[in-house]
Amino acid sequence: MISRRKFIQLGSIASASLMIPSFLKGFEFRPPLISGSRKKVLIVIQLSGGNDGLNTIIPVRNDIYYKSRPQIGIKRDDALSLNDDTGLNPKLKGIKQLYDDGKVAIINAVGYPQPNRSHFRSMDIWQSGSTARDVVTSGWIGRYLDNAPDGSNGHNSLAIEVDDSLSLALKGEEKSAIAVRDINQFHNAAANSYFKKIASHNDEHETRLAGYLYKTLRETTSAADYIFDQSKIYNTSQSYPTTPIGKRMKTIGSLIISNTETQVYYVSHGSFDTHVDQKNRQDKLFENIDEALTALIADLKQNNRFEDVLIMTFSEFGRRVAQNASNGTDHGTAGSMFFIGGSLKKPGLYNNLPSLEDLDEGDLKYDIDFKQVYATVLDNWLEADSKLILDRKYQQLGFI
Amino acid sequence: MDLQQKNKLLYARAGFGISLEDYQNPMPIEQAVEKLYPKSLPGPLEMVTDQEWADHSPRAMKEIADDSVRKAKKKEFREITNDLNTLWEMAMVSSYYPLLEKTALFWHGHFATHIDNPYYDQKLLHIFRKNALGNFGDMLRDVSKSPAMLQYLNNRQNRKQHPNENFAREVMELFTLGRGHYTEDDIKEAARAFTGWNFTDEGEFIFKAKQHDDGEKKFLGMTGNFNGDDILNILLEQKQTSVFITQKLYRFFVSDEQVNEKHVNELAKHFYKSNYDIGNLLRNIFTSDWFYSVKTVGAKIKSPIELLVGYQRLLPMQFNKDKTILNLQRILGQHLFNPPNVAGWPGGKNWIDSSSLVIRMRLPEAFFGSKELNLAAKDNDKEMRVAMQISKEKDKFKTGEKQFRVGKVSVNWDEYLSNWKKYKTLELPKTLAGYLLPVTLPDDKLNDVVSYADTTNADTFIKSLTILLMELPEYQLA
Repeated sequence: MISRRKFIQLGSIASASLMIPSFLKGFEFRPPLISGSRKKVLIVIQLSGGNDGLNTIIPVRNDIYYKSRPQIGIKRDDALSLNDDTGLNPKLKGIKQLYDDGKVAIINAVGYPQPNRSHFRSMDIWQSGSTARDVVTSGWIGRYLDNAPDGSNGHNSLAIEVDDSLSLALKGEEKSAIAVRDINQFHNAAANSYFKKIASHNDEHETRLAGYLYKTLRETTSAADYIFDQSKIYNTSQSYPTTPIGKRMKTIGSLIISNTETQVYYVSHGSFDTHVDQKNRQDKLFENIDEALTALIADLKQNNRFEDVLIMTFSEFGRRVAQNASNGTDHGTAGSMFFIGGSLKKPGLYNNLPSLEDLDEGDLKYDIDFKQVYATVLDNWLEADSKLILDRKYQQLGFI
Repeated sequence: MDLQQKNKLLYARAGFGISLEDYQNPMPIEQAVEKLYPKSLPGPLEMVTDQEWADHSPRAMKEIADDSVRKAKKKEFREITNDLNTLWEMAMVSSYYPLLEKTALFWHGHFATHIDNPYYDQKLLHIFRKNALGNFGDMLRDVSKSPAMLQYLNNRQNRKQHPNENFAREVMELFTLGRGHYTEDDIKEAARAFTGWNFTDEGEFIFKAKQHDDGEKKFLGMTGNFNGDDILNILLEQKQTSVFITQKLYRFFVSDEQVNEKHVNELAKHFYKSNYDIGNLLRNIFTSDWFYSVKTVGAKIKSPIELLVGYQRLLPMQFNKDKTILNLQRILGQHLFNPPNVAGWPGGKNWIDSSSLVIRMRLPEAFFGSKELNLAAKDNDKEMRVAMQISKEKDKFKTGEKQFRVGKVSVNWDEYLSNWKKYKTLELPKTLAGYLLPVTLPDDKLNDVVSYADTTNADTFIKSLTILLMELPEYQLA
C-alpha cells in the first residue's frame, strides 16, 4: 500500500536528515513517514445548530416525553433498543451495531452551569472550553497544541480541521491547527512554487510580525506537502458515501491509516437547528453521519487501527423538552455525547438520561459538565495535562 | 524616514492604505493629518427605512397571526443586515475620511454586539460613526442606552427582583476599566443601578421606574442611590478608563505587540484632561515623532476588513454578487455586525492561521488575476440561515455546504497602469514594492518575485508584479 515514490523519498532523506540545520527541518525535508509508532487519534464531530438529544437517545418508557412531543416523539417500537427504557434514534443503525459490540459509550445530560441558548455564545463556550461567564479567545484543542511537542512540520499537522477555515476550538494562544477540506486543492493553493520560493527566504525579517508570517507560511507549505503525500499512501477499497461528511471521513480514514502524525481531526456536520419539521431534517443528517461513520470504522478495522481511534460528538446545546407548534423544537440546554472507539474502558450508557420532571424553566438540567469530558479525553486519551489546558482540574469520568 | 514614507505609514494606519495621488504628492504631516478629519458630523448610513421598521418592529410582528408569515417576515428583515454591512464597507472604500470609518470599525469591535436586527445595528453604527472622533463619554452613554447593547447584554432582563449582571460586568471589564480594577461586589451593585434600563417596541430607550432598584449602592468606594447614568459617570471619572481605552486604541492604530507604556500614559493623561476627546487623542498619536519610527512600520497585521477595503481603494473593483464580499469577510474571520463574542475581534496574530494566510495570499490572484478560488463558507451563522431557509421548502433538504465562487470581479486597471507605465522597466520592481509594501524588500527576495512576473508587455508586467507583491506575507502587514 506504500507507493513506490514514497519509498524512494524515504530512502533518500533518511540519512541526510541528521545534518540539516534545524531551521530547515520541516521545510524541504521530511522525516520518515511510515514509522512503527501508532499514535492515538481523536476525531471530534461537531453537530452544529443544536442537536435534539431527546430524539437521539430516547426515554421510551417516559410518559412525559410522549406527552410533550405528541407529533415528533419517537415511538418505542421504532427506536433501536439500548436497554429496557432507552432507545436510539432509528436512523443510527450502524452505531447501534457498534453499541452492541461494546464500541460505544454514551454520556447523557452533558452541559454547563448557567446555560446560554444562543448558538454563537454556546458554541463559543463549548469550543473554547470555558465557563459561561468567561470569554476565552482560544480553543481547547488549540491549547492542547500549545502544550504538545511539535511534529515534523511544526505544530501544523498535529490537528486538522477538515474544512476551509479554522474553528475557534483549534486555535491556541500560540499555535493553531490547519484547516484542509480538499487535500489536493489545498496542496495546489499552499504549496505552489512561488509560495515555496518566497518561504525559502529564511533570513532575518524586517519585523517580528513578518517573521511570524514567514514561519506560518513555511510550516503551511511543508504541512501541505506532507498531508498531500500521506494522502497518496493508502488507497482505500472501502466505499464511503459521497456526502460532504462521507468525503470528510474518507479523508480522515486515509490519513489515519497511512500513519499520519495528526492526533486530532475535527469535522462539522449540520445544521441541526430543527425549529421546523424536525423529523425529516434530523433523519437525513443522522443517516448521513451513520453511513459515513460505518464506512470509516470498517476501513479502520480492516487496517487494525480501530483500537487507536476515539470518535466523539458534541453539539452546542440540546433542545427543549416540549415540541413547538411547527413540529420542531427550540433551543435548549444539556445533550448527549457519543464516544466510539475500539478500546473503550466503559462502553454502554455511562449515566441516566436527564429527568423530564425536574426542569429548569422547561429545560433539562445538566448532570455532567462538558469540561469533565474534555479533561478525561485530554488526560486519558491524548496523554496531555488537562489542568494546563482547562485552567483547573476537573473530575475524570472513567469511560476511556 | 522621508516624507513619502511618513505619509504612507499615516494612511496605512489612519486609513486603509495610501492612494497613488497622495503617495506621489506627500504633504507635511500636520497637514496630512488635518485632511483626515471631517469638518462636519457624518450623516447616518441607512438601509432600514422608517416604514420598513414600522412594518417589522416587535409591535408589528405581534399583530401577525400566522406563524409562518411572521417567520418569513422576520427572516426577510434580518437579511437587511447584509445590505447594511455592504453599505458600510462601500463607505470605507469610497470615503474621503477613512479615519472616521476606521475608528468606527474600532468602536464596533470595542462595543461588540451581535443581535440580528438591522434597525438596531443601524442605530448603533450611527452612534459609532457620529462619535468616532468625538467624545468617548457621549459614546459610552449612547451605546449603553442603545437597543442593540441593551438586548445583547441582557439588560432588558435586569430587574429589581432579578438582577442580571451581564451588562454591569462587561461595561467595566471590556468597555471602561479592564480586568482587575473592580470587584465582584462592584458588579452586583452596578447591576442594581442599571435595573429598569430597557427599550420600547419601537426601539427607543425607556427607563422603567417600577423595575428600578432605587436603594443605596456601594460602588468603587462611593455610596449613594446611584442610577445607571451615575455609574457611567463614576466610571468616566476613573483615570484607569482613559488608560484602558488609550491602550486599546494604541494597539489598534500603532502596534499589535509592543505597547510603549510611556507613550500610552502620556496620551492617556491628555485624553483624560481633554474630557475624553477621541479625535484629539488620535491627532496626538499621528502628529507625534515617535509614531514615525521604524518600530511602528509593519507592526500591525491588517484585519480582514482593512485588507478587503485596501484592495478596493487601490484598484476600482466591482463584484458581480454582493454576497461575495460578505462571504470573504466570513472566511477571513471578520464579519461585520457578527463579532465572535462580546470581546470583539482579538486581532493581531489571531487573524492568521495556516488557512487564513493561504487564502489571503491567494486572493490577489483571484481578484486581479485569472485563477479562481473555491471555498466553502463555514460560519455557524450562515449554516443556520441556510438551514432555516431550506427547511421551509419541504423535500428539498440539502445538508451539504453551500459553495460560492469569488466569480467575476471586474477590475479597472486603466489609471493604475497609465501611472506606472511612466516608469522604466528596470525601476518598476523597486518603485512598485515601495508603494505596495510597508517594509523594504531585500534585493534577493525582490529578484525572486520579479522572476515570476509576466514579461509579455508593459501591461502584463505591471499587473503581474502587482499581484505577486500583494501575495507576499509583507502585504499582510501595515
